[in-house]
Amino acid sequence: MTSAALWPGAIALLAALMVVTRDSIVHALMYLVAMLLALAAVFFALGAGFAGALQILIYAGAIVAVFVFVVMTVDSTPEALAREKARLRRGWRGPALLVALLLLPLFGGVGIAVGNADPVPVKAIGALLFGPWAIAVELASFLLLAALLTARHLARWEEKP
Amino acid sequence: MTALFWLAAALFGIGLFGMMARRSLLFQLLSMEVMLAGPALAFVAAGAARGDAQGQGMFVLILVLAAAEVGIGLSLYLRLSRIADVSDVDTISDLKG
Repeated sequence: MTSAALWPGAIALLAALMVVTRDSIVHALMYLVAMLLALAAVFFALGAGFAGALQILIYAGAIVAVFVFVVMTVDSTPEALAREKARLRRGWRGPALLVALLLLPLFGGVGIAVGNADPVPVKAIGALLFGPWAIAVELASFLLLAALLTARHLARWEEKP
Repeated sequence: MTALFWLAAALFGIGLFGMMARRSLLFQLLSMEVMLAGPALAFVAAGAARGDAQGQGMFVLILVLAAAEVGIGLSLYLRLSRIADVSDVDTISDLKG
């Protein structure tokens, strides 16, 4: 099970290196998506399907979307848009190639055993989170509420003093 | 299994490098995401090795932490971008003692 996870793990490492070394923020964001998808593949290969699904839905879906929104709002002049367009023309190819590499073991047929012998059932995670860990979940909800109020307070438009 | 923990440590190290080396606020936030991915991988790998649900439970909590961090970090970025040069955080040093 570990050996099946190493291939997407190597891709995640490569994508992480690309994230911290890009010049343009848009390229770095696309490599970040590739890294998060590769990590989701690692989780699936480990038999942790719930974590993999959450990684794709919330991390690669919602959190990166917020990043993209902020990048779009900061640079919104026509010249900046033209610059973005020129950058994007070829910038998506590297991340797309990395994500495509994730599928390679499926075609190679090198004895890949996706799906653990006894994966952790989602029911067990739910029973843990809402049973013994209920306090931790409550604290997490406090944290989210505090973050929501902070974001609303900080990002509010105000006249310059 | 040991290889996965080395992988998690490497992800954390890459994120730390980005945090230290990059001066743009958005890149530092991205590096923080990379750093958070390391512990998340370690928790899920350990939970999978033991067949225990606690690894993925911790992953859910890390996800909540990442969401809160991105929300606050980006709103700080929007706020700072109106009054300072966010492409170089070394210029934002008014609080220096």
